[in-house]
Amino acid sequence: MIASVSASTSTVVLCAAVFLAASVEMIEALTIVVAVGHTRGWRSALEGTGVALLCLSAIVGAFGPALVRVPLGPLRLVVGSVLLVFGLQWLRKAILRSTGFIGLHDEDAIYEKTVTALRAEGKPVGRDNVAFVVAFKGVFLEGTEIVVAVLTLGTSAHRLGLAVIVALVAVLVVAGIGALVAKQLSQVPENLMKMSVGVMLISFGTFWTGEGLHVRWPGGDTMLLALVVLYALVVTVLSRSARDPRAIEAGRA
Amino acid sequence: MKSGLAWVGRRLIGFLRFWWDFLVGDTPEITVVVLVVLGVVALASESAHQNVLAYVALPALVVGGLALSLMRARRRMKN
Repeated sequence: MIASVSASTSTVVLCAAVFLAASVEMIEALTIVVAVGHTRGWRSALEGTGVALLCLSAIVGAFGPALVRVPLGPLRLVVGSVLLVFGLQWLRKAILRSTGFIGLHDEDAIYEKTVTALRAEGKPVGRDNVAFVVAFKGVFLEGTEIVVAVLTLGTSAHRLGLAVIVALVAVLVVAGIGALVAKQLSQVPENLMKMSVGVMLISFGTFWTGEGLHVRWPGGDTMLLALVVLYALVVTVLSRSARDPRAIEAGRA
Repeated sequence: MKSGLAWVGRRLIGFLRFWWDFLVGDTPEITVVVLVVLGVVALASESAHQNVLAYVALPALVVGGLALSLMRARRRMKN
């Protein structure tokens, strides 16, 4: 009974982490593709997107099955350490944004910047290589982050299939919303999502690093949920305790 | 042959640079903190067989590392 509860807890946390990570990156990729499509035409933008998705599928196909065969102990230690670094970097940036020390990641600004740069290039006759390359790079770079998250989280939990399905659902949901609004996803509170993903990444990172070093966690897999709660509290305290006074003054004015 | 070797060298440097940016980048203190975490927890768990110390130290050091990195970033931005 306890084993099944802790197993389902870790599955729920895994699904939530993969879904949020995939959604955040997909929003960024979609912003770039929509900007390219609106400015230079949809054909080359969608071609670039399609080729990038093919390349990403090839990476998952090549590395996914190989990672599943690696022994679980060393894999969890390596993946746990990478997730700790990755998660701490995400959280650091998200907290600095929420406290006003660096600007919020504004999707509107990214959209405008991309559109301005593309308009400056001028529209060619026939195939639009600029649109193709910009869409390809946007989808490939953001997609690589999704692939890293899916492969590391999925293989370490021995649930790669589930992680891939959850990521695909996240990508389809964001793409569906993008198709409906057909311009921007700036209403999505990206920094809050990034903070949630960061909390989950360091929770998994802490848990698997411990497992890789033969730490026996009290409560088994249920400890993962306790780590999520602990880190969420810490991040809330850190975000509230050190706001930039200049940013607060600007908000009042 | 020479141009082939140069091509391989460029790709290798590009690959290493990608991982350096990914794992270290402009936050070397985070990488150092994670290495310290690995060292302390390995010593506590594997050498000293202090399981409680290991599972308490692990999240505590992670929280301390995050606070340290934030302090460093704020100090750098204020200057």
